[in-house]
Amino acid sequence: MRAVEAAAEGLKVRIGLEVHCQITSLKTKLFCSCPSDYRGKPPNSHVCPVCLGLPGSLPVLNWKAVEYAVMAALALNCKVSRRTLFMRKNYFYPDLPKNFQISQYDRAGGAPIGSDGYLEFMVEKKRKTVRIRRVHLEEDPGKLSYKGAIDTSPYTLVDYNRAGIALLEIVTEPDMENPREARAFLQKLRSTLEHLGIFNGGLEGAMRCDANISLEGGGRVEIKNISSFKDVEKALSFEVVRQRDLLKKGIAVRSETRHWDENRRITVSLRVKEEEQDYRYFPEPDLTPIEISEETIRRLQSEMPELPDARRERFIRQYGLPPYDAEVLTSDRAMADFFEDCVKLCGKPKAAANWLMGDVLQVLYSLNQDLAESKLTPAYLAELIGLMDKGEISIKIAKKVLWETMKTGKPPSLVVEEKGWKRIADENKLRSIVEKVFSENVKAVEDALRDPKAAHYLVGKVMEATGGMADPETTYRLISERLKALRGSAS
Amino acid sequence: MKGEKHISREEVEHVAWLARIELSEEEKELYTQQFNQILAYFSKLAELETEDVPPELHVVNLVNVCREDKAGKPLSVEEALKNAPKRRGEYFEAPRIL
Ligand SMILES: [Zn+2]
Repeated sequence: MRAVEAAAEGLKVRIGLEVHCQITSLKTKLFCSCPSDYRGKPPNSHVCPVCLGLPGSLPVLNWKAVEYAVMAALALNCKVSRRTLFMRKNYFYPDLPKNFQISQYDRAGGAPIGSDGYLEFMVEKKRKTVRIRRVHLEEDPGKLSYKGAIDTSPYTLVDYNRAGIALLEIVTEPDMENPREARAFLQKLRSTLEHLGIFNGGLEGAMRCDANISLEGGGRVEIKNISSFKDVEKALSFEVVRQRDLLKKGIAVRSETRHWDENRRITVSLRVKEEEQDYRYFPEPDLTPIEISEETIRRLQSEMPELPDARRERFIRQYGLPPYDAEVLTSDRAMADFFEDCVKLCGKPKAAANWLMGDVLQVLYSLNQDLAESKLTPAYLAELIGLMDKGEISIKIAKKVLWETMKTGKPPSLVVEEKGWKRIADENKLRSIVEKVFSENVKAVEDALRDPKAAHYLVGKVMEATGGMADPETTYRLISERLKALRGSAS
Repeated sequence: MKGEKHISREEVEHVAWLARIELSEEEKELYTQQFNQILAYFSKLAELETEDVPPELHVVNLVNVCREDKAGKPLSVEEALKNAPKRRGEYFEAPRIL
């Protein structure tokens, strides 16, 4: 390896994120009373003069959005601004009907709702802290669609149903050192906002993300249009390889904005972006400044629900879970809720945790589902654990039952009954099967008489004959007894 | 009096581009002059002693004018699209972007 290449391998990576999360728990938009449940509705059916930017309309702030934003800022350990205001961010793009976006700005006299915070999370069993630069409120733009690809479509179609939905912008310092950390950060952020009860990350497009990434000695590259946090890791990994390859060849990495193409799984260069001052921020004259009193902050702080870190510690204390399991379970609110509901029903925290983190996640992955959309309920998992506990099914069968239940939505006991998967523990029934196996496998019986280890072959044969339903312990005992009897009669 | 800052013709062109306004050569000349005149007024203001005056970003003496999170009735799709320069089905139609 040449010296340049060797150097490129060891270059430090710095990643920062700019995350946009819709405050999905709000019933209305940020500055108008249009309902926020726009998903799956006809285009332009959730709009009014305010969010269409019609002349003479006046935006009025949704106070609940401010409270939720303050809660998010507090959960992210931010300083909350006592006085803040909205600004106009000016640019031309068809997703903004007014040609400006009402947002917040940390310069020109503005202040975001929260600043200078941090979020801690686990990545590869190590604790990591990422600093939060700011948390602010702004309005979501509308949604554009095209005929075919964006660069060949003869026109742009605009749906303003999403325009004006309350959006939290959360900006980190460039503290992440690899794509995996970026993904873990987003996972923790999602779980935190979900625990606050202000956000549902399962809704399509509720969390979107821009990332900036630089390698030591290279320019800063921004990646836009990452629509799922699973894609963040992919997009960033692609960039690390691309930038490292350039540096290996001694080519400079230039600062630019790139677009994540999720179909081709690559980033592509965009035109040079407008300089920041070109947004010509100025205070929004149609909205009054916001004052957040000490009492409001105190009240919100006291009403704060249990957050993932506290819940993790409680899981360790209350259920005796290993710290790693507690961390994994609480990294996803739906999973943590599912776990606790299941434990209430079955009283087996260890088993519930193992099933959830192991087989359930695997089946969800194969079915390409979220826990929230899965047919598996806490009651079904509790039932499955109970069936195993009573010895009615083996672990092997339980895994098959889980798969069936998650695919069809049938309760585990019904699956067992319909498939005839109940364990055979009835001694008379098993004894007759053992006898049949002995008479059909004379050679194997002779082997087993000489070498007790060879008896396993006979156990296997019984299992085969019963489709795996024979109770292994009883089977083994019956075979041993029969061998003993044969030995006794031979001598 | 002469202002400390001076607006160049290139800056006028840049601002015109940001605002998506096409200017004739004469207008560019005229606006460059006018922008500089306006800046000159501000440099007159800048002579005032403002060391101890906090910046005022709003002229109205109101704060926290807000509403409850209660849903109202949106416009119908037909009403919403009534003023659209161009529509396609239930969508507003805009020119291609790239
Ligand atoms: Zn509206």
